[in-house]
Amino acid sequence: MKYVDEFRDPVLAKKLVDEINKLVKEIDFAKQRPIQLMEFCGGHTHTIFRYGIEQLLPKSIELVHGPGCPVCVLPMGRVDDCVSLAERPEVIFATFGDAMRVPGSKKSLLQAKADGADVRMVYSPLDALELARKPENKEREVIFFALGFETTMPSTALTVLQAEEEGIENFSLFCNHITTAPTIKAILDSPSMQLDGFVAPGHVSMVVGEQPFHFIAEQYKKPIVITGFEPLDILQSIWLLIKQIAEKRSVVENQYARVVSSQGNLPGMEAMTKVFELREFFELRGLGSIDNSGVRITNDYARFDAERKFPVPNIKVADPKQCQCGDVLKGVIKPWQCQVFGTSCTPETPMGALMVSSEGACAAYYNFGNLPEMMSLKNIKEKEEAML
Amino acid sequence: MIQSSVSQSNAGMRKRSGILRAETINMSHGSGGKAMRDLIDDVFLGAFENVELDVLEDQARIDLSQLTSLGNRLALTTDSYVVDPIFFRGGDIGKLAVCGTVNDLAVGGAKPLYLTCSVIIEEGLSVSDLRRIVESMRVAAVEAGVQIVTGDTKVVERGACDKIFINTAGVGVISSSVNVSAAGAKPGDLVLINGFIGDHGAAIVGARKDLAIENEIDSDCAPLNDLIVAVLAVCPEIHCMRDATRGGIASVLNEFAISSKVLIKIKETAIPLRDEVRGMCEILGLDPLYLANEGKVVVVVPREHADAVLATMKNDKYGQESAIIGEVFAEPEETVILQTVFGGERIVDMLVGDQLPRIC
Repeated sequence: MKYVDEFRDPVLAKKLVDEINKLVKEIDFAKQRPIQLMEFCGGHTHTIFRYGIEQLLPKSIELVHGPGCPVCVLPMGRVDDCVSLAERPEVIFATFGDAMRVPGSKKSLLQAKADGADVRMVYSPLDALELARKPENKEREVIFFALGFETTMPSTALTVLQAEEEGIENFSLFCNHITTAPTIKAILDSPSMQLDGFVAPGHVSMVVGEQPFHFIAEQYKKPIVITGFEPLDILQSIWLLIKQIAEKRSVVENQYARVVSSQGNLPGMEAMTKVFELREFFELRGLGSIDNSGVRITNDYARFDAERKFPVPNIKVADPKQCQCGDVLKGVIKPWQCQVFGTSCTPETPMGALMVSSEGACAAYYNFGNLPEMMSLKNIKEKEEAML
Repeated sequence: MIQSSVSQSNAGMRKRSGILRAETINMSHGSGGKAMRDLIDDVFLGAFENVELDVLEDQARIDLSQLTSLGNRLALTTDSYVVDPIFFRGGDIGKLAVCGTVNDLAVGGAKPLYLTCSVIIEEGLSVSDLRRIVESMRVAAVEAGVQIVTGDTKVVERGACDKIFINTAGVGVISSSVNVSAAGAKPGDLVLINGFIGDHGAAIVGARKDLAIENEIDSDCAPLNDLIVAVLAVCPEIHCMRDATRGGIASVLNEFAISSKVLIKIKETAIPLRDEVRGMCEILGLDPLYLANEGKVVVVVPREHADAVLATMKNDKYGQESAIIGEVFAEPEETVILQTVFGGERIVDMLVGDQLPRIC
């Protein structure tokens, strides 16, 4: 298939891996500890597992799977708010499918739907607006569950602008959009952090451009490469990062230039600035409250804000104590080293954030597996069970 | 033949007079009275004409000695069909209801013989749609060589079901020489499939207006009993055989790996997949290994028989794109691994949750 197969060529992959192997030998500290590279975006995590990229890399490179799965980092209290909104009789609650299974403190949206709430799965905010336009829904309020990093913000913003233009009054957003750069900053500021470089999110960069990532290279002296989503994209970026580390440089590089322009998507950002403004702080599940890590709807568009139209409980709910999502996100431990991984916490009954969506690091490990580690884990668990 | 042995003394006993004149189904068509009789006479009996159904007893009566002459075990299965939408490229809920149940019998090594047909209709369904569905059932039953011998009709209020739900149960007979089980895979065996994966799932996505993805992919919905008979004839010692429906080939392979306590390794480059289906999966983020099929059977055979089985499958009209897609190993047990196009390996687990609801 054209424009796809070219980016999955095993021969080119082998060449890149050979180059990476050569470069790693030039990095002195790699003899004492592994080189840790974080891919921030859940889309990258998915590709890494889907194509088995980790097994192709030398042992001295460790990939840390970051918090860039918006469904995963959604705090439990916000899910409770969703359920409370969805259970209002006048409300049609429109959501992306993968948000339906996220557990709240009492129930998920999927369970709320089974209990009678009118929850509809949509594929874009425009589908939600279409629901609001339908004559049979005139007396209903359609609330779109807006979530995601900057990637999805322009489409949500443009939908609000469209609703305004058409004078649609029975449409609003429950806004949970989050921002990338402040989240990376929080990870860099955490004391246990020892990351050596970042595979930066391609889709987010397509919207915001290169500028928001400069501080990572300049202030924190970490190499960062904006990266596409095909397996060769990721391998090439790892090679670029290792090259920077070997040469003791730290700059922002753009591997995904076929899509990402350095200034980003200007009309998209214009729509975003009209409709959204930064929140002082927002909670990310597994990471806690982070300054400026979320956006809310501006006063000009307050009539499209479900949080202002309806009361929401807005109660902060702590994650179960056994969950070590935060440590996994920061690369302190591997998913399978968490005490509940694969036992009380599985994709069917997720306890922690990272097991919730298929893009979450733990779910990816669980579903696609890192074979040697998964097998040794299986043996350890079987031995433990035998001892009991 | 079984048909000829059934007593025909009651055939034609009832005068068949019911004609359905209504354009849409309403509650009276499920009331048990005249309107229901007209519906059954005109729509169902007209299409499924056979002696068993014609006598209109409360049960079909099958001659036991005829069954026992075909084998030593009765195979019995049931399946409900709730697909949305009810019409899609390459089939409809009626064709699905016959093929699905026929295939469930056939993959156990059974010769499918009789089906039942229970329909639950939402009031307001157009009679022409119902006739179209029943006609598809008739055509599919003729192709598969099975008879629909008894049935039931219920009509429910608007909203109590969606247009039409169909349940078919099926009866078949397994020959004493056949022993197919999910637990039969052994290290060294090879894994085969009879063609492109994911066509049914892709056709349903194409037919769903809310997804706004148009495609020209036909569902692979088809009765596989002839293909399976041919495969069993060249290789009676088939180790595992199952049709890959909901949950795709990933689910079937996991069922084999778990029941047989083996590792199954499949090769991404060997799995037949249409470019259109692959493209759709790329856009929607779906994994074709989990996409539904309605005319695909996964077969595990001893290595020495693989070439013969492959040739036989390719000879059938529903097996022209057949391929050997993988191999069975001893360890790690209960695992399915995919060798990716990229050269890496990953675990293929059972599907969690739902890729798409109401796929069949």
